[in-house]
Amino acid sequence: MSLTAYILIAIIKLAILLWLLLTAVAYIVLMERKVIARMQNRWGPTRVGPFGLLQPLADGIKFILKEDVIPDNVYKPLYVAAPMIALILSLVSISLIPFGGQWHIGHYHVPLEMTAFWTGSGIQDINIGLLIILGITSIGVYGVALSGWSSNSKYSLLGSLRAGAQLISYELALGLSLVGVLLLAGSLSLRQIVDGQSGSIFHWNFFGGWQFIAFFIYIMAAYAETNRIPFDLPEAETELVAGYHTEYSAMKFAMFFMAEYCNMVTVACLATLLFFGGWHSPFEGLALPVPDIWLAISPLFWFFIKIFVFIFVYIWIRATLPRFRYDQLMAFGWKFLLPLSIANIVVTSFVLAVRS
Amino acid sequence: MLHYLLFFIFAGVCLAGALFFLFQRHPVNSALSLIVVMGSLAALFLMLGAEFVAAVQVIVYAGAVMVLFIFVIMLLNAGEEERTRGSKVALILGVPGLIVFFCLMYWTLALPRSQVGHVSIGDFYVSTQQLGIALFREFLLPFEVTSVLVLIAIMGAVVLARRERH
Repeated sequence: MSLTAYILIAIIKLAILLWLLLTAVAYIVLMERKVIARMQNRWGPTRVGPFGLLQPLADGIKFILKEDVIPDNVYKPLYVAAPMIALILSLVSISLIPFGGQWHIGHYHVPLEMTAFWTGSGIQDINIGLLIILGITSIGVYGVALSGWSSNSKYSLLGSLRAGAQLISYELALGLSLVGVLLLAGSLSLRQIVDGQSGSIFHWNFFGGWQFIAFFIYIMAAYAETNRIPFDLPEAETELVAGYHTEYSAMKFAMFFMAEYCNMVTVACLATLLFFGGWHSPFEGLALPVPDIWLAISPLFWFFIKIFVFIFVYIWIRATLPRFRYDQLMAFGWKFLLPLSIANIVVTSFVLAVRS
Repeated sequence: MLHYLLFFIFAGVCLAGALFFLFQRHPVNSALSLIVVMGSLAALFLMLGAEFVAAVQVIVYAGAVMVLFIFVIMLLNAGEEERTRGSKVALILGVPGLIVFFCLMYWTLALPRSQVGHVSIGDFYVSTQQLGIALFREFLLPFEVTSVLVLIAIMGAVVLARRERH
């Protein structure tokens, strides 16, 4: 593959991925409003377009056209930089997610992943992809922490202090819950982890690998990492107005909002890749009669179905559970999730040692 | 060629971050430039082929240790540092030390290349698996001793934090 073709393919992939992600984020917001409304016996947005489907567009226009108020006493460089840090880091991490095997377009092999390329004999991706995603998420704290500090407001400061403590506490449980999967796969490359789960539904790490405890630890820690209910203490509106983004308006607020939803998508992608077989169909190996075109589309189809389910569960939980108290939050993270994830590592490695 | 370019970019960013760290008077800015230094060090590790060390550098140092630094700065709401007139000890010990350091650097760099030995980028590629095997077989004792050291540090922190209750 010549260099120009390589760069061109990379740019096209980048454009499609960004468009897809931002559209998905806009419509996840709409979906959240609709689903929560239905769960509370309301209609949700219905006025803009059919079924309210153009609501995200209206929201976007409103965010762009609103006056961008910068309060007097903020520390301006960091106040401006914080939402950008949050948004950029959440957008970068999606580029490491593999969405499927590869497509043959003309005589080019195109892997369905931003940071992977065809070497001539196989797909080369980043072989520490999972670690890099963890690194990017762990740096993502700075967007929240700096926004609260630079706003020079007590609500923002308290919100970002809470966020900092919460993110560090739950990052441990999150990282340790993934170790069981890594032991099973023997690799840090997301592509290899998914390849290890090919076959039917019983080869997925969640069922076949007995990693359901690890999955529940992961999903709870990930909810805390993305500041979602029941762990949304950093933006608890009854106590802290809006937490760390109290002083932000217009597009800067929208950046935080988009960053939060992008992170939700990344969490859903990771859960799919690590525990639910990635792009593999649950009926794999049954030799069902399917047309060839389906073989090209089915990885994306299953991947998006799984992500959709996770996003739906996110929303469902938001409509169901109340918020934790702060000491309960810390106790839950340190005294329950952390020991449980360590126990999971011990048991998994013991079983693997016995089996080998 | 690209390697040289990347090396000079990241080494330059690293040095710039370190200088910025020294000359900034606001603690938050200093902490942020320290994060930049750690990030570019991680990039340099990655270029040497130590991918796991690079990732851990970002996750542990840039992502966790520095968050605690910033946390403490935010909690204490530390303002700008005051300027002092410099200490005499630093002047007396520092200037000769700096001269000796630069002389050593010059002496090392002036040696012929055959005596120094040379390393090219990517010579030490180590996969995570190899690193784990080395750590848990050959270097098991130092590894365990380090973990005991960390445990002692944790216990010390707990003792210091709980003292006020009595």
